[in-house]
Amino acid sequence: MRKIENRIRESLGYRVFSVFNYAIVIFWSFLCIAPFIHMLAVSLSSISAANANEVGLWPIGFNIDAYTQAFSENQILSSLKQSFLRVIAGVSVQMLFTILAAYPLSKEKEEFPQRKFYVVFIVITMLFSGGLIPCYILVVNYLKLTNTIWALVLPSAVPAFNLIILLNFFRQVPKEIEESATIDGAGHSVLLTRIYLPLSKNALLTLVLFACVGHWNAWFDGLIYMRDPLFYPLSTYLRTLSDRLNNVATMEDARLMMRISKRTLLMAYTVICTVPIVCVYPFLQRYVKSGLVLGSIKG
Amino acid sequence: MVSTDLRVHNGKKRASAARFSRAWPLHLMMLPPVIMLLIFSYIPMAGIVIAFQDFIPTKGFFGSDWIGLENFQYLFMLPNFGQIVLNTLTIAIEKIVTAIGFGLLFALLISEIGNRAINKLSQSLILFPWFISWVILGNVFLDVLSLDGSVNAIINALGGESVFFMGNNGWFRFILIFTNTWKDMGYNMVIFLTAIAGINPMLYEAAKIDGAGKLRQAIHVTMPSILPSVILLVTLALGGVLNAGFDQIFVMYNSAVIDTSEIIDTYIYKLGFYDAQYALSTAAGLFKSVVGCVCLSLSYYLAHRWANYRIF
Repeated sequence: MRKIENRIRESLGYRVFSVFNYAIVIFWSFLCIAPFIHMLAVSLSSISAANANEVGLWPIGFNIDAYTQAFSENQILSSLKQSFLRVIAGVSVQMLFTILAAYPLSKEKEEFPQRKFYVVFIVITMLFSGGLIPCYILVVNYLKLTNTIWALVLPSAVPAFNLIILLNFFRQVPKEIEESATIDGAGHSVLLTRIYLPLSKNALLTLVLFACVGHWNAWFDGLIYMRDPLFYPLSTYLRTLSDRLNNVATMEDARLMMRISKRTLLMAYTVICTVPIVCVYPFLQRYVKSGLVLGSIKG
Repeated sequence: MVSTDLRVHNGKKRASAARFSRAWPLHLMMLPPVIMLLIFSYIPMAGIVIAFQDFIPTKGFFGSDWIGLENFQYLFMLPNFGQIVLNTLTIAIEKIVTAIGFGLLFALLISEIGNRAINKLSQSLILFPWFISWVILGNVFLDVLSLDGSVNAIINALGGESVFFMGNNGWFRFILIFTNTWKDMGYNMVIFLTAIAGINPMLYEAAKIDGAGKLRQAIHVTMPSILPSVILLVTLALGGVLNAGFDQIFVMYNSAVIDTSEIIDTYIYKLGFYDAQYALSTAAGLFKSVVGCVCLSLSYYLAHRWANYRIF
C-alpha cells in the first residue's frame, strides 16, 4: 500500500532526476574500476596488440607471457619476499607498540596520574616532525640500518592515529568488568590480555588490516633505505621499474627492453602488486563502512 | 588537632604510594613506545639543527660549522621557491575542495539509489581506489593518459586531436586534481553516507507532512544533519594544507610540467637526494614542519570547537 502511495506522490521531476542519478552513479562506478580492468587486460594481451594500443577492457591475443616473464626473474621473488616480510614484521611491531601504549593511556587520570605527560609527548610527534633528511641520516648514518628490514619497520613502530583508535576502544570496555576482575586480584597484565584484548577484537582486526595495507603500499622508504634493488619491496621495485623502462640507461635495461613489451610487463607487475589488496578489500570495506575508523577517532 | 593532621597526611601519603604501586606497570608498558618515539621522532627533531649548519654528512648532527640562517636566506632567495609554495597551497586546497565536494555530492546521489544491489555495488567500486597506492595508479594513469594511450584512442575515435595530458602544464594540473578526486573521494563519500544513514527517519516524515519534496528534504533535512561531518572533514583536511600529495606528484610528474607541479615535498626530496644538499633540504623541511605544525594545531583546535572532535 505505502509503496504505491509513495510512487504516486513522487513527482515527474524526481523520476527524471532518478534516471539521471542512476546513469551518473553507474557511470562513475564504472570509471572507478575501468583502469584496473584495462591494466589486467593489457597484461594478458599479446605484445603487438598492447604496443599498438588496441587493448581496451578485454585482452587481445590472450597469453600469460608477461607473467611468466615477470616471475622468471629473481627480482620479483626477492621483492615479494621482502614485501611479505615487511608486512609481517611491520604489522607485528606496530600492533605490539600500539597495544602497549593504548592500554595505559586509556586509563583515567585518577588511576594513571602521569597520563597527561605521555599524551603531550605523543601529540608533539603528531604535530611536528624532524623531516626527511634528519630521519634519513639517523637511519643510515647512526643506526646503520641500510638494506635491513628494520629500516622499513622501526621508524613507523608507534602510529599515533592507530593508538588513538585503540585507546578510545579500550575506553568503551565497561568499568564494572574491570573492577570485579581487580577485586579478584587481577593485575594490569591479566586485565589487558584477558579482558581488554578479547573485547576489542574488532578494533584490533581493523588496525591489523589497515596496517597490512599501509605496509604493502609503502614504497618511498624502500627507495631511500635500500641500496641493493634485491632488497626493494614490491611497491618500491614497481616504482623503479617504470623509471627503468622509460629511461633506458644501462645495458641491462636495454636487454630487458629487447625481450619484452614495456607495456605488458609493467602492467603484469602492477597487477601482481594490486592482487593482495583486492583479496582483503571485502574486509577493508566492511570496516570503513562500520564507521569504526572515524567514529572512534571522534572520541 | 596535630595528631589528626598527621593522620590525614599519612593517609594521603599511603594513598599516593598505593596509587603508584598500581601505576608502575602502566609506566613500564609505556616505556618501549616512548623509547621508540624518542629514537625515531625526537632524535630527528634534534637533527633539525643541521639546517643551521654548513653540514657535512660524515661529521654527524653536531660536528659541522654553524652558519646561522644562511641556508634559509639562500632558500627564500631562490627564484622558484615562491612558486613552489604557491603550487603546494593551490594544489592542496583544490584537492581538499574537490575530494570533499564530490564525496558529498555522490553521497547524496547514492543515498537516492533505491536499488539495493546497485547501491551497494557502486559504493564498493567507488571506495576501491582509496586503498590502492599511487605507485600502482601512477603506472596505470601514465599508460592510459599517454599520447598512445586509451584515453587518446577514445578522443581520436570521436574525431578529436590527441592531447598531451602529461606534458602540458595546464592539463597536468587538471589530471592531478581529477585523479586525486577519483581516488580519495570514495572515503569521504562513505563517511557522509554513514552520517546520512544515521539521520532519524522521523525528520523526513515530518518534512513530507509539511509538503516538502525530495529536493527540499535534501536541503532542509539531509544537509543540516550531515553538516557536522562536513565541517569535521574540512577542518581536519586544513591541517594537511602543505601536503599536496608527494606520492602522486612524484610518481606522475616530469620535467615538462615542473613549473606548475613542483611542491615543497618533491623539492625537499630533490634537494636532498639529487643535489645532496642536506642542510638546504632540512631547512626547507623545517620551514614546512613549522608552518604545518601551526596549520595542524589550528585544524585540531577548530575541529574541537566546531565538531566536538578531540584527539586524545
